[in-house]
Amino acid sequence: MNLSLTKHAALAAALAAALAGCSKKEAPPAPAAQPEAAAPAPAKPAPLKAGFIYVGPVGDAGWTFAHDKGRREAVEKVGADKVTTTFVEKVPEGPDAERVLRDLVAQGNKVIFATSFGFMDAIVKVAKDNPDVYFEHATGYKTSDNLRVYEAKFYEGAYLAGIVAGKMTKTNVLGFVGSFPIPEVLRNINAFTLGAQSVNPKIKTKVVWVSAWFDPPKETEAAQSLFNGGADVLLQNTDSSAVLQAAERNGKYAFGWDSDMSAVAPKAHLGSCALDWSGYYVKTFNDVLNKTWKPEVTKWGVKEGTVDLVKVAEFAPAEAKAKVEEARQGLKAGTLAVFTGPIVDNTGKEVLAKGVVADEAWKGAVNFYVKGVEGKVPAGK
Amino acid sequence: MNGLDLLVAATLSAGTPLAIAGLGLLVNERVGVINLGAEGLMLVSAVSGFAVALHTGSEWLGFGAGALAGAALSLVLGWLVIWLNTNQYATGLAVSLFGSGLSAFAGIPLVGRQLQTGSRHGVPLLADLPFVGPALFRQHPMVYLAIALAGAMALVYYRTRLGLVVRAVGESPVSAHALGYPVRRIRLAAVVLGGALCGVAGAYLSVVYTPLWVEGMVAGRGWIALALTVFATWRPARVLLGAYLFGGVTMLQLHLQAGGVQLPAQFMAMLPYLSTVVVLVLISRNPLWIRLNMPASLGKPFVPGA
Repeated sequence: MNLSLTKHAALAAALAAALAGCSKKEAPPAPAAQPEAAAPAPAKPAPLKAGFIYVGPVGDAGWTFAHDKGRREAVEKVGADKVTTTFVEKVPEGPDAERVLRDLVAQGNKVIFATSFGFMDAIVKVAKDNPDVYFEHATGYKTSDNLRVYEAKFYEGAYLAGIVAGKMTKTNVLGFVGSFPIPEVLRNINAFTLGAQSVNPKIKTKVVWVSAWFDPPKETEAAQSLFNGGADVLLQNTDSSAVLQAAERNGKYAFGWDSDMSAVAPKAHLGSCALDWSGYYVKTFNDVLNKTWKPEVTKWGVKEGTVDLVKVAEFAPAEAKAKVEEARQGLKAGTLAVFTGPIVDNTGKEVLAKGVVADEAWKGAVNFYVKGVEGKVPAGK
Repeated sequence: MNGLDLLVAATLSAGTPLAIAGLGLLVNERVGVINLGAEGLMLVSAVSGFAVALHTGSEWLGFGAGALAGAALSLVLGWLVIWLNTNQYATGLAVSLFGSGLSAFAGIPLVGRQLQTGSRHGVPLLADLPFVGPALFRQHPMVYLAIALAGAMALVYYRTRLGLVVRAVGESPVSAHALGYPVRRIRLAAVVLGGALCGVAGAYLSVVYTPLWVEGMVAGRGWIALALTVFATWRPARVLLGAYLFGGVTMLQLHLQAGGVQLPAQFMAMLPYLSTVVVLVLISRNPLWIRLNMPASLGKPFVPGA
């Protein structure tokens, strides 16, 4: 996914990049595109050129797919006469990213998006050398005069999923297939559990780590071991739809992650924690076009429409749907925050005092499980 | 620990694709051809097997398609390394890269499609026994075929004239040639057969083990199978053992986590590799083991009459 190059670290992938180069595609022209050569007015400004680099293939049905969908929709909303886009997919996180970024600059792109955490060092370097180009980095944390970062509050989606899970479970045991024990993933586990506990206080969550962002067979086995352990509703923070499909075969339930995965497992799919980046991309295009772009950190969630639980199952109880809607409205209005005290970790220690709403520093340093999650965070304290 | 039966069952099914691919690579290496394209072969076979199983509804036709795809791609590899004498390592890597790219491209329309599977398997009578039933006798038939295959290969290699000839080709192609055996054709046949087996393993992954197609879904199992042949010192039964060991330790760490055992996940993720290294070290303590069993012409081209 966004934070790791693990899945691309395989020798084969590295060599693939070295030998074959990255596949590069011109974005298909949007239907509304006017033939530029035919545009008669010489006074008309040239469209803004924007470049995207993706870590995965656009067909991954997950992380990169969501970014590419955002790109396409943003171009449609802003207008193909105002902005044209290019993307390079399957760029390994590493030295190659810098080459691709410099390439995009050389082609005259004025704003460049790098949609994976591991592109950070490359984009910082390239941004320094090209002060007249605007750079945007997803899920990073380094900014400069012409580099800013944007991120989604994934945990809000996990919280909404938890509400449905809490209502659907018969065993009161939920399962979570985790990738790596980093704050982002731990936040999602905790939010999922808190969401479920908000409607069902008896909830317990079991976690299995697969130490990979993408390994469908292993994700399947992890799901299977959770079902064997008594869990009957699963959420995952891995990139494939394997967990959902394992649930379908076991007659259990699970959720989609990053994009709408309802088609994959119609009987098991309770909803998808989907990302919609188009709003942010529209904002960036407009910022650059209107010359109002300034370096900042953007973290958008349900309120801004970047994160949502979509396609909640028809068969989910009406009460669960109502609770999800209530929470959604609360998140939108700002009256609900997922991490509001009192929050107690699973050793009984209070980690957030009553009535306190967690700030960014707190959320960035999550290294514990909340009460109800079984086990110990690997290498956590 | 409760759930031991489920753990044994998961081990068998996790080890099976590794075992079949490892046996296929053993067939290749026994005639002196190392096939670094295994990962790519398995991916192409996985996507072909999945597509065929999806359209026909038959697992077995899916396996057939996987075998054909693996055979076809390894035919190319075999022609390159046996007739054109290209470097086996570079060619294998090229095949692997080509395979992963091709499978990704061909698989685009298959992402997110589902197979109608879920039929229960079981050996009559034995499947109902307590403990051993769920542990051993409710597996997909391919699991038992893999075991039978290892047995059959051991028989052929060490008890038949054919096995002797094939081993001779791998040990000393020059001598085999001098005795009048068509070395290059035997090598090609073995490469294609080994490729077909890798293909079945790939199709097993996408059709039975994780019935879905996503790009890169083999996730390194081709490379693990390659390591297994060394691990097994090129003996079929040991390939099987190695595959179950690796599968078993992988499954054990997942089951321990779900069972609430407190061990760091990073350590557990390391276990399968760690145990493989440990066994490798134990085996290599006696260098004779490796030297005696490793096909002497492994990786070396053979030019008749040269």
